[in-house]
Amino acid sequence: MPHPGPPPHRTAGSPAAGNPSGHLTRRSALFGLAAAFTLGRASLAFADAPTEHRFVVILLRGALDGLGAVVPYGDPSLAGLRGALLPPAPGQDGGMLELGGFYGLHPALGSLHAMYRDGEALVAHAVAGPTRERSHFEAQDCLESGADHRLASGWLNRAVAAIPGGKALAVGVSVPLLLRGPAAVGNWAPHGAAALDSDLYARIAALNAGDDLLGPAVAAGLRERGFSAAAMAGDEAGRNRSAFPALARAAGELLRAPDGPRIAALEIGGWDTHSAQGVRLAGALRQFDTGLAALRTGLGEAWRQTVVIAMTEFGRTVRLNGTGGTDHGTASVAFLAGGAVAGGRVLADWPGLGPGRLLEDRDLQPTADLRALVKGVLAQHLGVPGPALAAIFPDGGAAAVAGLVRA
Amino acid sequence: MAHATVRFGLGHRPGESPPEDPRAWLLAQLRNPDPTRLPEPPSAAAGLMALRDDRQTRPKPGESRSRAMFRRDALAQLGNALATPAPFRERLVWFWTNHFTVSLRRPQCAALMGAFVEEAIRPHVTGRFADMLLAVMRHPAMLLYLDNVRSVAPDSPVGRRDKRGLNENLARECLELHTVSPDAGYTQEDVTSFARILTGWSIDLRADPPGFRFRPFTHDPGDQVVMGQSFPAGEAGGVAALGFLAAHPATHRHLATRLVRHFVADDPPQDAVAQVAAVLRDTGGDLGAAAAAVVALHAAWQPQAKLRTPLDFLVATLRALDPPQPQTDPPYLIASLALLGQPIWTAPQPNGWPDRASEWAGPEALMRRIDWSYAVAGRAAATADPASLADATLGPLLRPATLTAIRRAGSRRDAMTLLLTSPEFQRR
Repeated sequence: MPHPGPPPHRTAGSPAAGNPSGHLTRRSALFGLAAAFTLGRASLAFADAPTEHRFVVILLRGALDGLGAVVPYGDPSLAGLRGALLPPAPGQDGGMLELGGFYGLHPALGSLHAMYRDGEALVAHAVAGPTRERSHFEAQDCLESGADHRLASGWLNRAVAAIPGGKALAVGVSVPLLLRGPAAVGNWAPHGAAALDSDLYARIAALNAGDDLLGPAVAAGLRERGFSAAAMAGDEAGRNRSAFPALARAAGELLRAPDGPRIAALEIGGWDTHSAQGVRLAGALRQFDTGLAALRTGLGEAWRQTVVIAMTEFGRTVRLNGTGGTDHGTASVAFLAGGAVAGGRVLADWPGLGPGRLLEDRDLQPTADLRALVKGVLAQHLGVPGPALAAIFPDGGAAAVAGLVRA
Repeated sequence: MAHATVRFGLGHRPGESPPEDPRAWLLAQLRNPDPTRLPEPPSAAAGLMALRDDRQTRPKPGESRSRAMFRRDALAQLGNALATPAPFRERLVWFWTNHFTVSLRRPQCAALMGAFVEEAIRPHVTGRFADMLLAVMRHPAMLLYLDNVRSVAPDSPVGRRDKRGLNENLARECLELHTVSPDAGYTQEDVTSFARILTGWSIDLRADPPGFRFRPFTHDPGDQVVMGQSFPAGEAGGVAALGFLAAHPATHRHLATRLVRHFVADDPPQDAVAQVAAVLRDTGGDLGAAAAAVVALHAAWQPQAKLRTPLDFLVATLRALDPPQPQTDPPYLIASLALLGQPIWTAPQPNGWPDRASEWAGPEALMRRIDWSYAVAGRAAATADPASLADATLGPLLRPATLTAIRRAGSRRDAMTLLLTSPEFQRR
């Protein structure tokens, strides 16, 4: 297989030897077994976690277009497939953000790019979850179950159960399948956290448009809330209404607390860009990027001991559809970020976009299993032992990726 | 089939198979006994005792026994609506409760609302209208809400001694809203005479148990004429007057109009009203027969003509999704109804909640429905397939465009939100 661009980084180093356990002993003596903390209207109690390491999973629900977020501009076939949607080249005004000569980050991902430059962010490309289903719901179930079929619990919950005293928190209105299972999990959402994004409002308005009574009323309601007709039609970025940055900030503050949880799950939607992808994807990526920066701010000093992983259920078609968007595909990207990440690199066995390279002549071919990335983080960052990893991911599958965490 | 559970019921629950013969299913609910079994059946006596205690202990607003009872009874009624296997009968209970509105706008009614439903409304929804009317007019909730407990005949011993007088509120609303309606052409003189007839219909808060009491010393001693009909003094005169009003052709027309507006269309077709009114006339005001007559109307089977009120919408949503309810203060269901613009048992005026779509379809009202739908969808059972749920909930009412949008949604939560905010779910 031709392999344009830089060689894939398959780092084979051994993970960190040092463990900041000095803190641990002192803290345990000071704070005892359990403590309560409060934020906003919520009050939660958590046992004192025996680790200083923080782990955050961000589910990108709706299928992020990996080729749009991390553009393989060095692939000679790309322009012919994606021309209309490609941002300007790196270095140009509003251009992609350089990731080392072959890949460019979407220009809306400025904070993530800064983390990358600081060696605190890593991109994994051409990755896919456990299934090849193109149904959002089934694929999300599998991604969260960590298996090729839906399980009754999520892999993150099983991981929490495998970490002595590990306590986890779902940040949002509900506990996602990812965090459901035998281990006790907290749930926190700020008051009034439920806010729809403009894209969902637009779809609701469209469904009601034909109703003589409801159509005009919904349209008027949206106008009164400051949504322009253009934003509703997808012609411009909708008003910033995503709750994600605020949730991410709060999650960071909760995780920073000495007696707070150490593991959290968040989610952000808006990735299902079947039409007008240029505007919609930029808006969603901006929210995600702002949220990452807010999470970092919230974590403060604890950022140094943090790994964040952002993943999506599948990618999108390589070619554009008839409405300026992309349909459900297969491989996409995943991001690792955090002070503990051995970052500043793109991890990919690039499958190529040329003739015969696409899966079913439509999708980016997956060359890595998301679970291998997750296993690497669980083992190297949270110290989950091998046998426990096998139980967390019962299907087996690819081995853990080594060297994800800073030595 | 789906239409029967939506129009006449409270929305479909996915676990239940739709009725094979919708008309027979509806009529059986009218025939069979009410299956409702409340865990703590409220009573006017218990409510009045709570009110009595509160007047002595003077608790802070919101911490009274009356308010606690209100919340308990409201949640019990809502819980029953979510679970009942006889949703048509339950809808009739809510319909007649709204017809005879009593409201928390009079806070002293708080502890009596549940009792009012259970004692004055529920037993009579398939019985005689005259019995319901009498039970309502003697109920402490109504007597307090529309001020009859204060009304004193000027010619009565107490009126002469204390220089107190009439309060026409209950008499006027009974004529205008509950029975004959202004179409009957009654006069102010009729209202005043009827108010005199009702003097003495009061409550005794000190009795054990406390409850309705006819007080002869505040009652007007003279005979009265209402709408050309003469009634003797005394409690029996009032009972006779209510019997006369209940049987009046104008009352039958008025009740038929309200039933048809509720179950058929915002602008009731006149032939449909005439059919239902004729059944009321021919059966001596049999409300079960009237409900059956509504089911028999051809026009009642034209789908999606009505808009769900916030209460309908909340109940239908929770029946469809059955999401876990968060522990909140005030309780989630009560807070949700307030947010959606229809706080339970708190109609602003004695004419109750409106039954026309235009009153509920304001832009902000619909935005609140959308936002609330999104919040509920976030908690909904995550295992359900949204497309199957939409099919199970709406059946043939589900439009292809909505199904496509649900299938294309990027998350279960978005998909559920699209289902709940679709016109076919908003309508009934």
